[in-house]
Amino acid sequence: MIPINNFLVLSSVLFSIGMYGVLARRNAVLILMSVELMLQAVSINFITFAAYLDPENFTGIIFAVFVIVIAAAEVGLALAIVLRLFRNRQTANVDEADLMKW
Amino acid sequence: MTYEEVIFYFVAALVIAGALGVVVAKNIIHSALFLILALMAVAALFILLAAEFLAIVQVMVYGGAVTILILFAMMLTRVRDLPAPRDGAQKPFAALAAIAFGITSTIAVTSTQFPGESDKINVIAFDSVSDALFTVWALPFEIASLVLIVALMGAIILARGEEGE
Repeated sequence: MIPINNFLVLSSVLFSIGMYGVLARRNAVLILMSVELMLQAVSINFITFAAYLDPENFTGIIFAVFVIVIAAAEVGLALAIVLRLFRNRQTANVDEADLMKW
Repeated sequence: MTYEEVIFYFVAALVIAGALGVVVAKNIIHSALFLILALMAVAALFILLAAEFLAIVQVMVYGGAVTILILFAMMLTRVRDLPAPRDGAQKPFAALAAIAFGITSTIAVTSTQFPGESDKINVIAFDSVSDALFTVWALPFEIASLVLIVALMGAIILARGEEGE
């Protein structure tokens, strides 16, 4: 039997790694990939809670489905924005996307 | 150690290795390949949690669509002449913040006694998930599909560019 804490600790480690990627990397596509890792950590948490604590209603499973839907929409939209940025500024570096900086 | 735990630790090691590869790899194409490893290992984790439906969705959506989209975006936004963006200055602070968050949430998780906690993974039947999704959760489901179509239309309009470009 796997204790519930194993899954929860794994998901917090995964979330921390994604957080490091978001904060440390400067490439817009890499930041998106790190956000994907963080969303995965959240999905693991939801499914763990559904499987261990709430098997009658399994709300966590439903929520994980919605997390995946929103993540797909987010990736499509964000990559379109990155492509647009690249076409206008010839860069995918988020530090150089400073047109709206006052 | 039971065989379940052995499988869990193996899959968890794959997840962590893939995730670390994503954030530390120098070459962004390598990062994308590590991302595929991490996402597929997470799908294995879903199977371990008896959520086969989500594992299949994970393989189809992430393995099939998202990583391919990311690889396309990388190939379209690669600058061969310029050096890759340097990410130096905030690295130690980022590592500090991430480690602090990890330690805090790990302590929070391990010291919490969850109400109604069972010591085993309860198998949730595939058909009851689909029943709930199309009855109790029908409205959020429809809204999610609306969000998807709006986001994808926006993506097409953004990426297509203006007339005469």
